[in-house]
Amino acid sequence: MAQATNSIFAPFNRLGKVSIAFLGELGAIALFFIHAIALIFSLPLQVRKTIEQVFFIGAKSTLIILLVGLFTGMVLGLQGYYTLVKFGSEGVLGAVVALSLIRELGPVMTALMIIARAGSSMAAEIGIMRISEQIDALETMDINPIRFLVSPRIVASLISFPLLTAIFNVIGIVGGYLSGVCILGINSGIYFNRIEPNVAMQDVKGCFIKAFAFGIIVATICCYQGYFMHMRPGGFGAKGVSLATTSAVVLSCVLVLVVDYVLTSFLL
Amino acid sequence: MTVPLIELKKVTKRFGTRTILDRLNLTIFEGDITTIIGKSGEGKSVLLKHIIGLLKPDEGKILFNGKQLKGLTRKERKSFKRQASYMFQNNALFDSLTVFENIALPLREKTRLREDAIKSKVLAKIDQMELSEVTYKYPSQISGGMQKRVALARALVTAPKIILFDEPTTGLDPLRKNAVLGMIAHHQKKIGFTAVLVSHDIPDVFFISNRVAIIDKGKIPFQGTPIELEQSENPVVQEFIKGQTNLKDELTGLNTKQDVKDMLIQEMDSVNRLQESFPVIMFTIDNLEQINKHIGHIAAQQIVQCLAMLIKDHFDTADTSAWYSQNEILMVLPHTGLKKAKQVIDELAIDLQKQEIFQAKSYPKACFSFSILAGLAEAGPGTDMDSLIEQALSHQKIIAHLECIKHGETA
Repeated sequence: MAQATNSIFAPFNRLGKVSIAFLGELGAIALFFIHAIALIFSLPLQVRKTIEQVFFIGAKSTLIILLVGLFTGMVLGLQGYYTLVKFGSEGVLGAVVALSLIRELGPVMTALMIIARAGSSMAAEIGIMRISEQIDALETMDINPIRFLVSPRIVASLISFPLLTAIFNVIGIVGGYLSGVCILGINSGIYFNRIEPNVAMQDVKGCFIKAFAFGIIVATICCYQGYFMHMRPGGFGAKGVSLATTSAVVLSCVLVLVVDYVLTSFLL
Repeated sequence: MTVPLIELKKVTKRFGTRTILDRLNLTIFEGDITTIIGKSGEGKSVLLKHIIGLLKPDEGKILFNGKQLKGLTRKERKSFKRQASYMFQNNALFDSLTVFENIALPLREKTRLREDAIKSKVLAKIDQMELSEVTYKYPSQISGGMQKRVALARALVTAPKIILFDEPTTGLDPLRKNAVLGMIAHHQKKIGFTAVLVSHDIPDVFFISNRVAIIDKGKIPFQGTPIELEQSENPVVQEFIKGQTNLKDELTGLNTKQDVKDMLIQEMDSVNRLQESFPVIMFTIDNLEQINKHIGHIAAQQIVQCLAMLIKDHFDTADTSAWYSQNEILMVLPHTGLKKAKQVIDELAIDLQKQEIFQAKSYPKACFSFSILAGLAEAGPGTDMDSLIEQALSHQKIIAHLECIKHGETA
């Protein structure tokens, strides 16, 4: 009897366990983030290290953001033109491209690109430092590893994400111009004329809010996964680092999209 | 009584179901070099990590100056951490920083020294550790021994009061190993820090240690001075001290002295009962010290091994042979007659003389003589052991000989 009851409840037990583990993990990530944020302000400020990280996360990602932004804008222009032309309103192409970029694609695509480029490397680098006891070494020197490794990366992300998103938006609009105006022949004056009245300051603000939020999510999750790679089941050695990197990338991508939906619903 | 600097009381640590430290007690006094020895996997590193605070005990207390680490205020704990330094077993160098930056890191992060002061301090340490050529290289670009020295430099650069060394000499060549141990001893005398070392380099490490602790099965069965260690009758301690002589016995394939004594007593019993007799042979390597002195330890060992191997080849496997002293091998032959034993000794003598160790050309640079003697005695009813051995010794004859005449020619 007891066995029968057990087997009935088994799936629920599992579900409960998984949910508790998931919530526990989210809580741990939140605490990790608060800890790292608090340590940003501990003196002396780590200006040099932060600048190095801005260079790595931000400056070195510029080229890829330019490329992706350009082609995203171009394809938006192309798709938008063929859809709008059916309704005879190809004139609003500029507004369509600009609004889709600023409201959605800019922050999301930028975040996804930085996850791929810098987020994975953050997780791997910190994970390797964990397995080779470099983090322990920091602790024995009384250097707070979260302050030393995580805080500069979070600050750097907060600086880099909005800037890269802005670059993405601008180059995307240029891309839309290339395909819409230069290739498909829309009037160039109309393209820009439509952007100006349709894009409100609120859209730009929303874009930056999203960029900040994504910056926090990506830096925190990627650093967290690397930092605590030794706590996960099977998290040993090179395999542990690879698992940590994979889950850092997957988890931050998913969370970026989920948070994007939540933020959009508040901002609209 | 002085309060020990660090004291571990009944510390227990488990990883899953495995108990690594089992109510372990350890005392470390200020200004001492304490060495922890133990077999691999006995939790030596775990013990060190407990002292520095990287791991927390499941049960038990760790006292620092008589106060519990856990109960220290934030400031006190910080001051303890500032005073302590740790050298990791696998160095734990920051692989994205250069050698210079690695050594400079604790100074840059934890002191308010100016950059030029840091630079001169770090360069002085680099110079001291003979690392000048690799100052601006990354850890992965330098050899394992160099990495070890970088780690040592990083541990010493802040002039800490307590340094924990986790196998500082493992993986170094013998010259560098001694240099590192010497450096630790030298710095310790100069700065006066308290050192805790985990090491396998027995007995070298004893020369620089004030205290030794042995870790075995999660406990510390012995702690005391190296001299106390040598005289201790604790079986675990004995096992460690004998660790080295055991290798010699393993290589020669001979039994221990106790084995041959046991056998002798047993055979004597049956002799007394059955009124039979059996022979014993005593082999002596004459002048073994001379070989040690003129040629070296390895040559002496080769001679010993060669003799032991030939004895095993010529005699029955049921016969027992063992070291009686440093240069004497005692053989008991319970199933061989006296006549047969004599014959075998003669055969052995011929074989022995043909061996490389008896050719003067094997030792082109030295001139010395040595010989191997064999003496036969018969154990009959009522013979006691001491007189039997005396008899064997008095009957000894030379069975192989190397003589050095002027230019190293064989006689």
